[in-house]
Amino acid sequence: MATLTEAPPPLTPTAPEKKPPRKRGRLVPYWLLLPGILWLLVFFALPMIYQASTSVQTGSLEEGYKVTWHFATYWDALSEYYPQFLRSVLYAGSATILCLILGYPLAYLIAFRAGRWKNLIMILVIAPFFTSFLIRTLAWKTILADGGPVVGALNTLHVLDVTSWLGMTSGDRVLATPLAVVCGLTYNFLPFMVLPLYTSLERIDGRLHEAAGDLYAKPITTFRKVTFPLSMPGVVSGTLLTFIPAAGDYVNADLLGSTDTRMVGNVIQTQFLRILDYPTAAALSFILMAAILVMVTVYIRRSGTEDLV
Amino acid sequence: MTFVNWLKRNLVVIAGLLTLAYLLLPNVVVTVFSFNKPKGRFNYEWQEFSTAAWQDPCGVSDLCGSLSVSLQIAFWATLGATLLGTMIAFALVRYRFRARGAVNSLIFLPMAMPEVVMAASLLTLFLNMGAQLGFWTILIAHIMFCLSFVVTAVKARVMSMDPRLEQAAQDLYAGPFQTFVRVTLPIAAPGIAAGAMLAFALSFDDFIITNFNAGSTVTFPMFVWGSAQRGTPVQINVIGTAMFVVAVLFVLASMAISNRRNKQKA
Repeated sequence: MATLTEAPPPLTPTAPEKKPPRKRGRLVPYWLLLPGILWLLVFFALPMIYQASTSVQTGSLEEGYKVTWHFATYWDALSEYYPQFLRSVLYAGSATILCLILGYPLAYLIAFRAGRWKNLIMILVIAPFFTSFLIRTLAWKTILADGGPVVGALNTLHVLDVTSWLGMTSGDRVLATPLAVVCGLTYNFLPFMVLPLYTSLERIDGRLHEAAGDLYAKPITTFRKVTFPLSMPGVVSGTLLTFIPAAGDYVNADLLGSTDTRMVGNVIQTQFLRILDYPTAAALSFILMAAILVMVTVYIRRSGTEDLV
Repeated sequence: MTFVNWLKRNLVVIAGLLTLAYLLLPNVVVTVFSFNKPKGRFNYEWQEFSTAAWQDPCGVSDLCGSLSVSLQIAFWATLGATLLGTMIAFALVRYRFRARGAVNSLIFLPMAMPEVVMAASLLTLFLNMGAQLGFWTILIAHIMFCLSFVVTAVKARVMSMDPRLEQAAQDLYAGPFQTFVRVTLPIAAPGIAAGAMLAFALSFDDFIITNFNAGSTVTFPMFVWGSAQRGTPVQINVIGTAMFVVAVLFVLASMAISNRRNKQKA
């Protein structure tokens, strides 16, 4: 995962200049692109069109579906499943904020304070990926078990009273409540927050911190005025890499939640694979896609980081 | 007072280590519970120590079969995605061509799309084409979503390459093919290897897209998912722990090798 965000250091201290375009073999780039781009067009772009068309079809499994431009499916889907949509945004949003709060100190630690432990901590951040995420999510069932040490401690500290009051838990239970789902989402997508944060913190020149100190900035001021603004690209890509998969996730809601914590991913999954109501499922999936694309575009525009790829 | 000062100075370190503990806690639980001897069908509560599952990791029907399916799919998906992705990465960095913006967004979008959307739309395509769901549809889907990640990893490496090395090779009368095989490819290799490793990990661990497009084929993550409903055998934890140990050893070994190489060069 580190490789996704961590560009290897240049081979020479001076950045090599861009290579001038070659004159020979003008078709070479197109031949290089052709197979991969064709694959993405046929198995990524074309399915989107099929999905859009399925969402305006009517019919039944036995008689087959026909495109009837039945846009009411969208209205029906939204009015029936808006709680699940809201829940997706709410849970994914909370998980993203938690990831930022938990992930920032860890990224900071790796970038500035780890010293010779840096590589080891880096490996430990990536290491969980080597065990299937479903197995690790199931482990949370053990950790958050009713009457277990974690729930007991939260109860003694009266944390559960607060979360109960907020509607995040009910009674003495954490499992099968929104809190468990958010906890699972936060856990699953935390590395996607830590790695981009680390990459952008790593790029900060340490002398800037010294300069801020020399100018009598307190550590907290240095962080607020120097470190945090310079780490913004990491914050932006980290929040996107956390929020997007979390909003579409149905694994955590299914394994750690209950029927009251179903997210939009759960609905799409059941409609598609169990109820076999393809138009509704396609419409829901299309709405989710559109919502995410709009949110991402607005967010990137506002935070002004265009070079994310 | 000195303690308060120490705490103030190291607050970020403590918070960071706590987050690390949060990240690693489930792995600890998975490992510990691979030595459990559960009473019922589910392995969520600690009963007593036992190495039974370690002695018989394939003791549950279909478990090792699903593991083998996952490994095969991950192998071919890695091969396909690495080949296609590396070609795209070279084209993007080394050549100017029309429709560059469109190509860039076509590569970015699969990474910015919730998996469930890709999974559902791909299923509508397969259903409309009347394709038989199974090994091949899973493989097609995995190559599709791994591709973009390979492109990103290889692109980063190729961009940081010094073009003067290739010019030097050509000055020394190396043909284009020779230059590519003897100079370009070895320098790009770490990026390609990183992309391939990422693709393998993504494919092996994928659940959502596979769940939609697998038909009756069962991969390892799908086996785990099914067992969460039916009852979780201890063997799942054994496989999870073993994978973790093997992968960490692999990473440590490759780091040791590259360290030694660097020392030899120096």
